[in-house]
Amino acid sequence: MRAWLPTILRGLLLLVLIAFLVTPGSFEPLLRPLVQPNAPAIYNQGSLLALTLLHLRTVFIATLVATVIAVLLAILVTRSFGAEFLQLSRSLVNIGQTFPPVAVLALAVPAVGFGEKPTLIALFLYGLLPIFENTLTGLTNLPRSVMEAARGAGMTDFQRLLQIELPLSLPVIVAGIRLSMVISLSTATIGSTVAAKTLGEVIIAGLQSNNLAFILQGGLIVGALAVLIYDGLSAAEAMLTRRAGST
Amino acid sequence: MGRARLLSIARQGSGLRIRFDKLGIVIALLVAYGALGASFAVLKPNRIVQGEAKMILAALPAWAGWGLIVVLFLAAAASLFRTSSWLKLVAAFAALVTLALAIGSAASFLAPAGNTYARVSPASGFWLLLFAFMLLAADAITRLRPPPWMRVLFLVLTAGGVGAILLSGSWNGLSIMKEYAGRADVFWSEAGQHVRLALGSLIVAAAAGLPLGILCHRVAALRAGVLNTLNLIQTIPSIALFGILIGPLAWIAATVPGAAEIGIRGIGTAPAFVALFLYSLLPAVANTVVGLAGVPREANEAARGIGMTDRQRLFQIEFPMALPVILTGIRIVLVQNIGLATIAALIGGGGFGVFVFQGIGQTAMDLVLLGAVPTVALAFAAAVILDALIEMNSRVLIGARSA
Repeated sequence: MRAWLPTILRGLLLLVLIAFLVTPGSFEPLLRPLVQPNAPAIYNQGSLLALTLLHLRTVFIATLVATVIAVLLAILVTRSFGAEFLQLSRSLVNIGQTFPPVAVLALAVPAVGFGEKPTLIALFLYGLLPIFENTLTGLTNLPRSVMEAARGAGMTDFQRLLQIELPLSLPVIVAGIRLSMVISLSTATIGSTVAAKTLGEVIIAGLQSNNLAFILQGGLIVGALAVLIYDGLSAAEAMLTRRAGST
Repeated sequence: MGRARLLSIARQGSGLRIRFDKLGIVIALLVAYGALGASFAVLKPNRIVQGEAKMILAALPAWAGWGLIVVLFLAAAASLFRTSSWLKLVAAFAALVTLALAIGSAASFLAPAGNTYARVSPASGFWLLLFAFMLLAADAITRLRPPPWMRVLFLVLTAGGVGAILLSGSWNGLSIMKEYAGRADVFWSEAGQHVRLALGSLIVAAAAGLPLGILCHRVAALRAGVLNTLNLIQTIPSIALFGILIGPLAWIAATVPGAAEIGIRGIGTAPAFVALFLYSLLPAVANTVVGLAGVPREANEAARGIGMTDRQRLFQIEFPMALPVILTGIRIVLVQNIGLATIAALIGGGGFGVFVFQGIGQTAMDLVLLGAVPTVALAFAAAVILDALIEMNSRVLIGARSA
C-alpha cells in the first residue's frame, strides 16, 4: 500500500495541474486572500494554458537540440579520432557552467533580437552541459568484458557504437536529459525578461504589480511541471536500466 | 592501444611529415575569419542606435592594423602545429594582450575628437578572435596539467593584466567604460552588494548545511525526507522564489518587533538573501551526505578500535576525508550564487543584475555588458580558486593514504 502512495500523489498533482490550467477561475477563492481587495487573483493578461504550452515547447525544442548535439559531441571525443579533444571539452564544459543564465540571455539579444530566440540559445547552452557530461560518463565506463566480447565477435567500430555502447549508456544519458530539463524549465522563466512567451511572464507581471497570487501560480505551475517531468524521466531511466541489465 | 602505437611509429617512420594539430586547424580558421571576414569594432553615433561596423584595417591606424593582423596570424600559426604547449600558451597570451590593446586604440581612432555621444564597441570579429585565443589558452593549460597553485597564479596574472590595462586608461574610449564612468560609485556599491549576497548566503548555507548533512548521514530516517524537500525547492524557478519570499518577509517585518530594524523587508536584500540560501542548501547538504558516505568503513573501524569518541572520529577522520566532496558542493553553490544574484535586481536586491536589467530596458547593450562581464569574471575566478582548493585537499588525502 505504501509503495503506491507516491504514484497516487503524483497522479493527484497532475490532475490538479490540468484542472488549474483548464479552469483557472475555479481556483480563484484559494488565491483571493493573497491579493489586495480589487486586484485580480488569477492571471488575466493571457491564457495560462497557452503560456504553459509555449513554455513547454521552448524547453522541449532546446532540450532536443541540446541532446542531439551533446550526444554527438560526446561520441566524437570518445572515438580515437577526437580523443585529443576529450580533456579540452571537459574544461570547456566546466567554464561554460560559470556563465550566469541572465548574462547569456542578455548577451544573445543583440545577436538575435528579443523574444524566444535568446531564450532558446540560453536553454540550449545550459542543457548541453549535463547531457554531455553524462554521455561521456556512460561511454567511458562501459564494462571492459563486454567491449572485448564485441570486438572478439568481429563487430566494426560503428556496429559496436550503435549496438553496444549507446544502448548500455542510455540510462545515464536519460539521467542527463532529466537534469537538463529540470534546469531548463526553471531557466525558461528568466526568458520573459527578454520578452519570451513563457510562464515567467506571469511571475514578472506579479513582481511588477506586487501581486503575490501571480508569482505563486507562475512559480507553482513551473514547479509542478518540473516534478512531473523529473518523475516521468526517472521512471524511463529505471525501465532502461532494467532492460540494459537483462540483456 | 597497440594500434595507436603502431600508427605513431608509422608516422615517425614517414620522416619529415608535418603534424597538424586538429584543434589548431579549427582555431586557425576562426582567426582567419575573425580577422579578415568579420568586423572588428562598431562605431555608433550614440549609445542605443545601430552602428557602423568596421573591419580591422578601417578601425585602426594602418601600422597598428597590419601589426595586429601579423601578430594574430603568427599566434594562429603556433596553434596549427604540434609544438610545445608552453609555446602555444605564450602565443595565446601575446595575441590576447595585443587584441586588448588594439580594441582600446580602435576606440580612440574611430571616435571623432570632442564628440561625447559617439560610442565604440567591440564587434563580432573581436569576440570571435577573443574566443579563438581563449580556446587556445584553455587547450594549452589543459595539456600542461599545471598544479593547483600555478592555475591560481595564471588567474592572478590575468587579473593583474586586465587591471593594469584598466588603470592605464587605454580602454577609456570604449563604450562599456563610458557606461562605467557615468556610474562608477554605483558600480562599486552594486559590486559589493553582489559579493555580499553570493558569499553571505554561501556562508550561512554552509553553516546550516554541514550540520544538517552530518545529521542526515547519522540518522538514516531523516535523509530521504530532507533531501526530497531540498530537491523540491530547486524546482521552483528563481524569479518566482525571490517573489514568493516577498510576502512572508514583509509580514515578518511588520509583525515581529525588531525585525525591520535589522534590515528585514519585503523587497530588497532580505528575500534575495533567503532565496539564495534556500537554493544553496541542497548542494551543501547532499555533498556532505555523499562525502561522509564515501569514507571507507575500515577507516571508521580503525578509529573506533583505537578508542576514538564519535566526536573525535567526526572531526579527525570523517570530516577531513569527506572534505573534497564537501568543497565540490561549496564550489557548485558559489558559482551558482554568483550567477543567481543577478536576478536579485528584479526585486530591488541590487547587485550586477541592476545594470543588466537597466540595459535590457534601455536596449543599451554596453550597459548589459557592464553587468554581465564582471559577473562572468567573478564566477570564473571563484571556480578556478575552488577547483584548486579541491585538488589540493584531495592530494593531501591521497598522500596521507599512500604514506
